[in-house]
Amino acid sequence: MPESASTYSSQVDALYFYLSGVTIFFTLLISIVLIFFVVKYRRRSLYEIPRPIAGSHKLETLWSVVPFLIAMSMFAWGAQIYFHQYRSPKNADEIYVVAKQWMWKIQHSTGQREINQLHVPVGRKIKLIMTSEDTIHDFYVPAFRMKADVLPGRYTTQWFEATKPGTYHLFCAEYCGMNHSGMIGSVIVMQPTDFDNWLSGNASQQAPAVAGQQLYESLGCVSCHGARGEGGRGPSLAGIFGRKVFLTNGQTLTADESYIRESIENPGAKLVSGFGPIMPTFQGQVSPEQLIQLMAFMKSLQVTGPQPATPAAAPAPGETSPRATPNAGTTAPR
Amino acid sequence: MAAAVEHEVSHPALQHHFDNLEQQREAGTLGMWVFLVTEIMFFGGMFLAYTLYRSKFPDAFASASNHLSLPLGAVNTVVLIVSSLTMALAVYSAQVGKRRNLILFLVLTIVLGSAFLGIKAVEYKDKYVDHLVPGKLLPGNAFSPVVAAHGDTDPHKLHMIGSATVKQVEMFYWIYFAMTGMHAIHMIIGVGLLLVLLYFSWRGRYGPEYHNPVEILGLYWHFVDIIWIFLFPLLYLLGRHLMHA
Amino acid sequence: MQAPETFETPAAERVNYLNAQYGLKSWLLTKDHKRIGLLYLGSISFFFLIGGLYAMFIRLELLTPQGDFLSSATYNKVFTQHGIIMVFFFLIPSIPATLGNFLVPLMIGAKDLAFPRINLLSWYIYLLGGVITIYALLAGGIDTGWTFYVPYSTTFSNSYVIATGAGIFISGFSSILTGLNFIVTIHTMRAPGMTWFRMPLFIWAHYATSLIMILGTPVIAITILLLAFERLAHVGIFDPANGGDPVLFQHLFWFYSHPAVYIMVLPGMGIISELIANFSRKNIFGYSFVAFSSLAIAVFGFLVWGHHMFVSGQSVYAGMVFSFLSFAVAIPSAVKVFNWTATLYKGSISYDTPMLYALGFIGLFTIGGMTGLFLATLGVNVHTTDTYFVVAHFHYVMVGGTLLAYLGGLHYWWPKITGRMYPEGWGRFSALVIFVGFNLTFLPQFIAGYLGMPRRYHAYPPEFQVFNVLSSAGASILGVGLLIPLVYLIWSMRYGKRAEANPWHLPGLEWRTPSPPPTENFLVTPLVTWEAYEFAPPEELRVIGMFKEDESLEDADAVINGKPL
Repeated sequence: MPESASTYSSQVDALYFYLSGVTIFFTLLISIVLIFFVVKYRRRSLYEIPRPIAGSHKLETLWSVVPFLIAMSMFAWGAQIYFHQYRSPKNADEIYVVAKQWMWKIQHSTGQREINQLHVPVGRKIKLIMTSEDTIHDFYVPAFRMKADVLPGRYTTQWFEATKPGTYHLFCAEYCGMNHSGMIGSVIVMQPTDFDNWLSGNASQQAPAVAGQQLYESLGCVSCHGARGEGGRGPSLAGIFGRKVFLTNGQTLTADESYIRESIENPGAKLVSGFGPIMPTFQGQVSPEQLIQLMAFMKSLQVTGPQPATPAAAPAPGETSPRATPNAGTTAPR
Repeated sequence: MAAAVEHEVSHPALQHHFDNLEQQREAGTLGMWVFLVTEIMFFGGMFLAYTLYRSKFPDAFASASNHLSLPLGAVNTVVLIVSSLTMALAVYSAQVGKRRNLILFLVLTIVLGSAFLGIKAVEYKDKYVDHLVPGKLLPGNAFSPVVAAHGDTDPHKLHMIGSATVKQVEMFYWIYFAMTGMHAIHMIIGVGLLLVLLYFSWRGRYGPEYHNPVEILGLYWHFVDIIWIFLFPLLYLLGRHLMHA
Repeated sequence: MQAPETFETPAAERVNYLNAQYGLKSWLLTKDHKRIGLLYLGSISFFFLIGGLYAMFIRLELLTPQGDFLSSATYNKVFTQHGIIMVFFFLIPSIPATLGNFLVPLMIGAKDLAFPRINLLSWYIYLLGGVITIYALLAGGIDTGWTFYVPYSTTFSNSYVIATGAGIFISGFSSILTGLNFIVTIHTMRAPGMTWFRMPLFIWAHYATSLIMILGTPVIAITILLLAFERLAHVGIFDPANGGDPVLFQHLFWFYSHPAVYIMVLPGMGIISELIANFSRKNIFGYSFVAFSSLAIAVFGFLVWGHHMFVSGQSVYAGMVFSFLSFAVAIPSAVKVFNWTATLYKGSISYDTPMLYALGFIGLFTIGGMTGLFLATLGVNVHTTDTYFVVAHFHYVMVGGTLLAYLGGLHYWWPKITGRMYPEGWGRFSALVIFVGFNLTFLPQFIAGYLGMPRRYHAYPPEFQVFNVLSSAGASILGVGLLIPLVYLIWSMRYGKRAEANPWHLPGLEWRTPSPPPTENFLVTPLVTWEAYEFAPPEELRVIGMFKEDESLEDADAVINGKPL
């Protein structure tokens, strides 16, 4: 078995053992019965004809229903684990991953950047927000039993909580061209104090939120969305993540990374109700990493004061983004 | 008693591996139906892409659809429906053995089918002139329509509705050309087969005992017609009510 | 064409489909389904050898953790081409186009398939697609993986994607036409008395397979077309920069490619039903359950494609639906395995080569099928997908399953096809070698996969080496085992013992006509009054329509349907 180093890896292993047990059981059962019949009922005389046996509804039912029930047990258990794997917990630390042929670019929300390595502390929930610059890749850490495709033009997420310090393989698990097998690295899990040491030793890089603020100003977002994201000619951005947004076409959605990215690249696609189609498109002007910095900045914005009116039930003022984390903040880089 | 099934006195059109004409006819007809099912699956993939992208870009699809020529599309629809009528009459003529009528209706069907293709060619030429051929399919004439400013009523310019962008409109035209192009290829094949059928009809091959090829080509022709019946509203009639908004 | 003899003549002088006409033109322009089956046999064997060569290169490279035998770019082409050739030019056509073409009319008592010229056309289309694909391979190859995922294949790959796609697109029509032919034939050309439930299970299996062929193949056709246009014109249908969706490609691709695996395995299961019943001389236990299972697999097979995409970004709820349905589609296969096993109970079992292959199939398909359950299980799939676990799973069902069934069927019907017997000792020996070599090749891959070795890796971390070495050792044994039948089967066509009409003494219609059969299959149209696996003493299993010298006309009926009334 590979190392088991995350909170759900042992659950996956337990289910795997169950599946293996059932498989070995039925394989042995069929094989033994087969061999037994083949020996016991071997042909004794050249033209003998055994008595025909037509079938048995009882047996057919038995060996349809029993496998079906076993299958359902596998399904239910597997689905339960899967739910757990893909529902990222709300208070997880966020780490951004940008995949490109053939390397992993990783950025912590405190600003540290890594290439092909990911340092994380033991016992903390980590959520990866991932996108690709080119083809589809896949972020796979066997020791955590976790894997998810990384797509261009979209954000995918997965989460984990490491339970054991150590260095574990990181593989790209979606074929992406020439150096696919070279697109590997390590996840380095450290004790919390060691991790803090590593962090401070690796600082002197700008937190993405700070870089995002600079972009926010230089690209002119301030003029419509306000210096602190309070809104104006454009909708407010403070506290936007996780908030319900009402669109001009009558639909409602919950704002997430993909919605923000789409609105930056194609502003008219999902226009907020009450606002006109005046935002220009920034497609091609903002790289995936810069998008991440802008979003980190937006996540750091606190909701202050009254919101510009948006029709129908708006979230209560003062409600902060559920994704506000201890590390991300508008304070200076450490 | 001997239980073997004897051959009938063979009709010249009876193939050697069939026992009788009835079995041959049944096989031929079933074969055509099975083939048409595969065609449904083939076009189905494109209908799926259409559904997906229309729900993603409703305004762009409405804008692009408006720009298609409604008169030409409507005329083509009528032309095809009438051609299905003449095809059905051709089948009937073969069944009752009226050779003259069979030839007449086959000719009419060919003429109408060709008219459809001609009108389609005119439409395609219009798209070319307006720089609406998607992507870089035609070097030197990439997708680059001129967007009409507010109030400009030039019919060669693209009038954008709502939040439509040029890139999204390109997606519509891509699907438009793929679907109508595939349909046109099937029409061309159909007209070709009709010409073959016409030749054999003129030679007197079909009559009340044997006319299965006419029947199954009729099935094919009706199918191609039905595809168009779906294509026309989905491609030409979107957002017409918004045209003068 | 000479009239067939209705009196017994020595086999060496008898007119049959092989010697009825000589000359290249009589083969290349034939309308005889049996000759077309042989044409396919030759071309499919050719493609299998090419695919096997690529496999050899893969296993050679993977002996060592470093990428030292082939360059990365070359290795990527090698595994891509191994997959493309094996899937599209071997596995999908193999059983239907060779054994299916040969046997479907014989087993239902027809003179040929419904559309013989379309049958010949399908072979030429297959060849054309194959030639175009070989051109693409020789011109420089393709490196996208046989799954062609976008945007790599549309935007980033510098290889012959469109040429290869064209070859596959064209050969897909061969598949569609074969399926169409089978469906119409089975519906309209059964001999008198051959009701649906008297048909051999081989026919039921091919009917179900044909349904998948005609419904699924057009979808891969349009998918390849869209892929090619996207690569040529960059419109953006799959390109996120233009509003397109790369996951849409995956949905379209797998909508065909999952049912395609049932195209590959259902005919194999049909063969196994024949082998198990006939070599234990017992009616298949639960005949109608097995027949309906084939149909159920065909239907359910269209509903599970998303299980290839559990980690691709589709919604969690979609994942749950597909997982549930994937378990459902496993049940009919399990039912078949139990029914085959139960058939052996109180049978009269012989250990001929075809039976050995059938028994091997049951064991290996059980393992392959159950490891499929691991992959249908959501929580485990996350860890095992895109690793060698998947590679091991599908090779168990495709090689341990389909290939074993194909070889078993080839040996079983070899006397009917060629009029000669293969050497039984060599047959059993190579079956054993293949079984051992196969397991040694692919069993270690399950472990490597669960330990985390990803697939399509040219170089890998050293801790996986031991499994790769075992696997490559097994592959060399498997390769040798597969070459042995090639040699002795060809040898037997000239030097093998001549076979009688019914060397295994079986009731199936294909055995009630001379070996090899005359061009029109039967001397008279059979009248079927017996059930599919109704065994009888050899004197009751006469060639239909063939009289002995001293027989009177009163015996005619007995000769016509071979049983006393």
